[in-house]
Amino acid sequence: MTKRFLVMLSVLVIASIALTACGAPPTEAPPPPAPAETEAPAATEAPAAVYEGTIKIATQSPLSGGQSSLGTAIKQGAELGLEQLGGPLRDMGFTLELAPYDDQANPDTGVANAKNIAADPEILCVIGHLNSGVALPSSEEYHTAGLAMISPANTNVAITDRGYPEVNRVVGRDDVQGAVGGQFALDQGWESAYVLHDKTAYGQGLAEFFRQKVEALGGTVLGFEGTEEKANFDPIITPIMASNPDVVFFGGIYDQIGVFGKQLREKGYEGALLAGDGADSSTHAEIAGDSLLAGAGTFYVAVAGPAKEYPRTAQFIEDYNAKFSMPPEPYSNQAYDSAGICLKAIEAAATAAGGMPTRADVAAAVRATQDYEGTTQTVDFNDKGDIIPTARYFIIKVISADPAEWANNELLAALDIAPE
Amino acid sequence: MAGNAVRSQGLLKTVREIVRPIGQLVLFSAGSALILSVIALILAFILDQTPVGDASQHTFKMNLLTFTAANLPQVVIDGLTIGFVYAAIALGYTMVYGVLEFINFAHSEVFAVGAFVGVELLIFMNQQGMLRGAPLGLAYLYLILAMAVGMLAAGLLAVGIERTAYRPLRGAPRLVPLISAIGVSFFLQDAIRLTESLATGDFHRIIPTFGNFDTRLSLGKVFIGTAPVNLGISIKSIIVIVAAVLMLVGLNYLVNATKIGKAIRAVAQDRPTASLMGINVNRIISLTFLIGGLLGGAAGVLFALKFTRIDPFVGFFPGLKAFTAAVLGGIGNITGALLGGIVLGMLETFAGAFMSSFTMGAAGAEYKDIFAFGVLILVLIFRPHGLMGEQVGQKA
Amino acid sequence: MISGAASLLRRWSAAALRGPGAYLLVGLHATIGTLLVYSSPRSAISFLILLSSLGTALAVKANAAFKLVVILLLALVVMPVLGMRNIFYLEILFQISVFAALALGLNIVVGFAGLLDLGYVAFYAVGAYLWAFFGSRQYYYLHTEAGTQTGTAPFLLPADTFYIFVFLGIIVAAITGILLGLPVLRLRGDYLAIVTLGFGEVIRVLANNLDRPLNFTNGPHGITPIQRPTIPHFFVDAFNGTFGGLVGKQVRDVDLYNVFFYLFALVVIAVIILVTRRLDDSKMGRAWTAIREDETAAIAMGIPLVRMKLAAFAAGASFAGAMGILFASNRTFVSPESFSFLQSIGVLTMVILGGVGSIPGVILGAAVVVILNLQVLQGLSLYLAALRQSEALIPILNFPWKSVPNQFDPAKYQRLVFGIILVLMMIFRPAGLIPAARRQRELAKDEGY
Repeated sequence: MTKRFLVMLSVLVIASIALTACGAPPTEAPPPPAPAETEAPAATEAPAAVYEGTIKIATQSPLSGGQSSLGTAIKQGAELGLEQLGGPLRDMGFTLELAPYDDQANPDTGVANAKNIAADPEILCVIGHLNSGVALPSSEEYHTAGLAMISPANTNVAITDRGYPEVNRVVGRDDVQGAVGGQFALDQGWESAYVLHDKTAYGQGLAEFFRQKVEALGGTVLGFEGTEEKANFDPIITPIMASNPDVVFFGGIYDQIGVFGKQLREKGYEGALLAGDGADSSTHAEIAGDSLLAGAGTFYVAVAGPAKEYPRTAQFIEDYNAKFSMPPEPYSNQAYDSAGICLKAIEAAATAAGGMPTRADVAAAVRATQDYEGTTQTVDFNDKGDIIPTARYFIIKVISADPAEWANNELLAALDIAPE
Repeated sequence: MAGNAVRSQGLLKTVREIVRPIGQLVLFSAGSALILSVIALILAFILDQTPVGDASQHTFKMNLLTFTAANLPQVVIDGLTIGFVYAAIALGYTMVYGVLEFINFAHSEVFAVGAFVGVELLIFMNQQGMLRGAPLGLAYLYLILAMAVGMLAAGLLAVGIERTAYRPLRGAPRLVPLISAIGVSFFLQDAIRLTESLATGDFHRIIPTFGNFDTRLSLGKVFIGTAPVNLGISIKSIIVIVAAVLMLVGLNYLVNATKIGKAIRAVAQDRPTASLMGINVNRIISLTFLIGGLLGGAAGVLFALKFTRIDPFVGFFPGLKAFTAAVLGGIGNITGALLGGIVLGMLETFAGAFMSSFTMGAAGAEYKDIFAFGVLILVLIFRPHGLMGEQVGQKA
Repeated sequence: MISGAASLLRRWSAAALRGPGAYLLVGLHATIGTLLVYSSPRSAISFLILLSSLGTALAVKANAAFKLVVILLLALVVMPVLGMRNIFYLEILFQISVFAALALGLNIVVGFAGLLDLGYVAFYAVGAYLWAFFGSRQYYYLHTEAGTQTGTAPFLLPADTFYIFVFLGIIVAAITGILLGLPVLRLRGDYLAIVTLGFGEVIRVLANNLDRPLNFTNGPHGITPIQRPTIPHFFVDAFNGTFGGLVGKQVRDVDLYNVFFYLFALVVIAVIILVTRRLDDSKMGRAWTAIREDETAAIAMGIPLVRMKLAAFAAGASFAGAMGILFASNRTFVSPESFSFLQSIGVLTMVILGGVGSIPGVILGAAVVVILNLQVLQGLSLYLAALRQSEALIPILNFPWKSVPNQFDPAKYQRLVFGIILVLMMIFRPAGLIPAARRQRELAKDEGY
């Protein structure tokens, strides 16, 4: 018995070794990457000194499972950012690499990966996560390791409220976006609202703050429901129709909102449909079709302005499409901007340090970012890691059911709101 | 003469086998609708005397009873629609269980594959420009074509799964094929995802809009107080119901009025004896899986039609609920699957629509899904063989 | 030639596993492993060699005291010290311990009593949320909306009540197991599986939704921060004093928590293994075997069916509860996302892979699955990502790595891997990698249909 056990164990070990031999740190085997074409929007002069070494930027997002399309968008946005904006660092002589990790939307995997990332000395900056539930424990690890983290998607207030100098985000917080939606609703004269959310930290947070704002401004919230349902919204729509609200607010992502909106309009709802930035995707038009134009219309609060008004956004959409053969999804341009900020900060830290910068240097440089021109907004970080002086929000109305026309949606208002 | 008598007997039997399930359908639908409506109205009446009624007055400008009554017709219609979807999926589970006494966990993925194949065909046709502006008759034809292709793919997959993952485990203790089924289910979820993303780059697929399927037929208005409530049903819901009914009647006929059906029932009743009687048991089992797969595939395309968007994990929850429905009705029993599906669909819709107002927001539509599980547990405690009881050997 | 090699292997392993050869083998393996990990702290191969030396130490026939000393030395001294050089390893070891405990618990339910529980993660969630609620500020937020807390309330209980809660977690989880078991244990095997699956989902939905009317779980935002027990400062100083040189840097309080939780998890595992061994050999264990093999006969023999099944449920649940408390405290954060159906199936895969009903098998299964998931798959996909960013070509095919589609990313296909493992194990080796002797006889297939 013990013999067989040992034989089997050895076989297993050998098998794992063989497999993991392939999984050995990439610095051991593959040849260095060819220098990428530089398309950096900001011009740089050739640096005086030439340094050596590999710099990695890690991304952590769910690449498997149900949310993988958004997680992949984050990874691909960062990839594009590294390719286009990494010129200055490559000119300095560094080798740039992207290290994408899959956190499987699971906090355990996220934390384990975070520790793995922390143990890799070449990683100087992390872009992630998608889920606040994974970001919160993982960012504890980044904080312990002094590693800079920029979140392209986490809106949960607790992320920056802890006051860690390494943790930053380029998206607005739930409390602001929800409030912006509420303000807009009442400005339009919509007195009664029915609020829905998707039972995630993002959607529920958004809906919660929307509700608070509406009630604070004197409106009535007729119902507050959460649902994980992705297909059959009939039972939920019934009380909505019965209470006849002026506006229905859905805090969620376009895959749910699209199907819901379609069913809502089919049942004959004539009021307005309002959503957060999770609705900002051309696939939304593909799902919902003509229902987007029914009734009083479909609106959403966005953190990226429509491409026709923001040429950088248009360029980004074109490049993303060209590289990945798919349209960019929500959070891809935030990831792109995050990558750019990381690169700029590493560049500044490297120049100051006269060589490979330390993680602490990079984290400080990230926090000190000033006037970074992103695809849709200028980024400055305040002392908590949120964007100042203002995060910019856009209220957008959908004007066409054609997915190709998504970029031309009508911009109703652009608001600059400081986080509290 | 004798020949005529036999023939007319055969004709009578055929007619009976077609009319009976339809009759049961109507009975179950009407019965469950009635019972649930009465319960809801009574509850509403009782709750009206409590603060819940005041909250309802404030929010909806009418008391809870009026609110419930106003919404009942639409809730019943919605409940029936989703109920038939569950019933259609449940048929696959119940067929396999009846013959093999084994839960085919992978049926939810067979359902998903059927949906994907059908939708991909429609997307392809859309890209060729065949769907836009097609006349109505042609649109229906395309839909039927998509369903047929989906059914075929799903059926073949089911047979394939049986051959590779279940047949080698035929004599093993109960738990072993069940675990294998779970493994197949997980494997297929990711396999669908891989195939879809390789072939099309995107594994969420959206069914193209064509035909008049999204149109809503208005069945009238109900006036309660000042608010008019529109009653209606969309054409795609009608298609789903009609298709499910056809599937049911067809299956019932197959199992009860044909020779093959007799063979299936024999294998279900007593496998060794059936093989002694000259029935090729392996072939019958494969056939059962094929039929189950065909039905699951059809249910998949119908699901995609009704709910627009599908992804590789679309099978998990509907599959689970459909299995709950099958158990609720009495697993191994076709009529049971039907009854279970309708009852479950109604329960879920009632819960989703009314729970929030009945509890003043404390428990809302979030609990709709686990409502189904709660019901399952209750039924299994008090009536473990399901509502229709498991009648060994008989299917209806 | 193959038989020649096989007999050579047999003779060699006979020599190596007994007598002086055994001591030499163990010593060599352990020393080489340690040196490798010390010299290249990020290499996964070295780590696996070190880890497998534990296996070797267990497998050989040698003086029990010697084996014990080696194992204790490796587990209690070498691993923590080397782990501080690369905390990822401590994380892997911690997760292996947690999942091994869960797998051992599920092993009692599935392996000993033959009840297929597909919602096992529910008990884990109960333990985790228990400490999450009492060990954090959540009590003071009971009347707030989820995710809208501002300012700081105090913590409800002092951090060191953690130790009491480990016991409380065991008890509460056991009670939950009994409560969950009572209604459903009369059911047949496959019905039971579906109902337990339902229960798992119910607990997850409850965790996600119990933020109204009273905010117990803070909904999808999760509860944070959760307290950890305090590490006395002299311990940190002692560690730095003794091992500072080996580790290469000064270790802080917060770093040492990795070691603390790893060691605590080891203690819990040791207790669980002891309990499981005693249960296996006891009257209850034999009753479970009887129930598993033939319920009707067991009833005829006078075994109180429901009580025995409830006991299995309770025992299995209690292990999960204890680990839940540990998990909540280590992460300082719990959210409903950790308790999905995929996790339950993951634990089931570990049990099936390792060997249903076999204690060393289940631990091996947990180790394999965790390493597969965290190291092998992730490592492979990272390697692939690096290759894709380079100009390298696939050998023989001469196809550039750059053009390999994005979809072929091994880390994405965790479910695929689980699924294949389950199916293949069931078809080819249903008794698992390290079968329990009884199970092997049982799972041999019957004849005929």
